[in-house]
Order: sequence, then structure tokens, then C-alpha cells
Amino acid sequence: MVNYRASELDRTFAALVDPTRRAILARLEREESASVSDLARPFVIKLPAVMKHLDVLDEAGLIIRSKKGRTVTVHLRPDPMREAMEWLSRYERFWSRSLDRLATYAESKEAEARRKKR
Amino acid sequence: MTSLTLVRQIKARPAIVFEALTTPEGIARWWGPDAGPVLFAETDVRIGGRFRVRFRMLDGTEHESTGEYLEVEESKRLVMSWQWTTGGEPDEAGNLSRLSFDLEPIDSGTELTLTHARLKTEASRVSHEQGWTGAIEKLAHRFSDASAEDHHDQT
Repeated sequence: MVNYRASELDRTFAALVDPTRRAILARLEREESASVSDLARPFVIKLPAVMKHLDVLDEAGLIIRSKKGRTVTVHLRPDPMREAMEWLSRYERFWSRSLDRLATYAESKEAEARRKKR
Repeated sequence: MTSLTLVRQIKARPAIVFEALTTPEGIARWWGPDAGPVLFAETDVRIGGRFRVRFRMLDGTEHESTGEYLEVEESKRLVMSWQWTTGGEPDEAGNLSRLSFDLEPIDSGTELTLTHARLKTEASRVSHEQGWTGAIEKLAHRFSDASAEDHHDQT
């Protein structure tokens, strides 16, 4: 269970590492959905290469593809992204609170050192 | 995305901040996400040396992490590997991450930069090197806004 969740998170990160895939996600975030050919248009790479990127995003659960007639429409699925964000925010809480106390402690040591010097 | 960076300005000279980061007495005073106690702290501050810190949170749960010092520059820089051995984040079990502290002297004392990077996969390592954290965070923040709205709609 734990490993499964960890590997899911890794898949999300791996999917997000590529700039083309991030551009696709950013666009879907703005437009909610788009056809595959629309998505491919701004890129210099060929349609099959875009399809491969969509496969990776699909496997990571970041998009949903639906077919109507000959058109494949792509939707965004933000849940895995949210999980990745949760990872970050948990550590942010941990370190932010620790560093607050670290600062207080170091500042009291500094004040002490100055008092001794006088 | 795969790494977290926090910057703090501290009114204390770098040598004092470095001591707080590396001595068991120092660590015992600040390590952990709430006011619960540090139960023990061990440090062997040299390249290849290890640290081990265990703390209890106010909810009674105990957490322990350990790692190895990878870079040690007195009063300047500290890099270590990081792994939860007890408690911690369930997602993170067995995952090795990398924690670094950089200390920069400033007029008022020290500017401390903490970076905690997730390092399990090659992909996350590459992403860290490419330094696209800011862009993706912005993107992700918009997603979390959207999720807040979703919840609102459901109520």
C-alpha cells in the first residue's frame, strides 16, 4: 500500500518533468479540454510524439481521454498533482516550524555571546 | 516540484547558526514540526558521518530520521541524505532524500537557505537540476485553488 502510493507519486513527478507535457497540462488547465490535434498544433514535434506524451500523462492519471467519432478529447485530471502538492506542503510545515524555533534559539545564543563579550 | 526551498534571515552569526544545526544540544532545541520534545539527537559531523534524530509530537507519535553528511563546510554549507526510519511520512518509507543548508553572512546575521529534495527517481533528480520548481508550483497552486472550489460546490 505504502509502496504503491510512493510509486504513484513518482509517476506524477516523472510525468511532470518534461516541458512539453507541462505545456500540455498548462493549456488543459486554461481550457478545460482540447482535442488531440489542437493540443499538437503549437508544438514543432509531430503528432505521434505528442500522442506518446499523452500516453505518459494518461498513465500518471493526469489526463482523461474520451473519443467521440473521430475526435479524441483530452481532459485534465488534477488529483495526482494535488497529491504531489500535499507532499510538498507537509515538508513545508515541518521545516517552516522547525526553522522558526531554530531562529529563536540561534538569536538567543547570539545575544548571550554578545553579553559575554562586554 | 520535487524540492522544497525555504529562506530565513536570522539575527545570529553563521558560526552560531551552524552550531545550532550540527550539535545534539542545538538540534534538541528546534527540530520537529511542533513543540513536542526531541528524544535524542546524535551527530557525527564529517563527510560520511551520520546523524540520527528522534522526536515526539504533541499528539504522542514518535518519528525518527537518519542520514549521512555528504558535504560539510564549517559555518557555510551542510548537505545530508535523509530517510525516515520511524514514523515520518508514510509515502516516504525507504525513500532517500537530500537536505541542504546554506549559510550566507548578511549585515543582520545569517541568511539560511534550506533545500529538501526528493530524490528517489532519476526523473525527480533531473527535474531538480533543471530548476523548474517555480513554474510548476504556480501551475499546481492553481490546481489546488480549483480543488477548493470543487469542495465549495459540493457543499
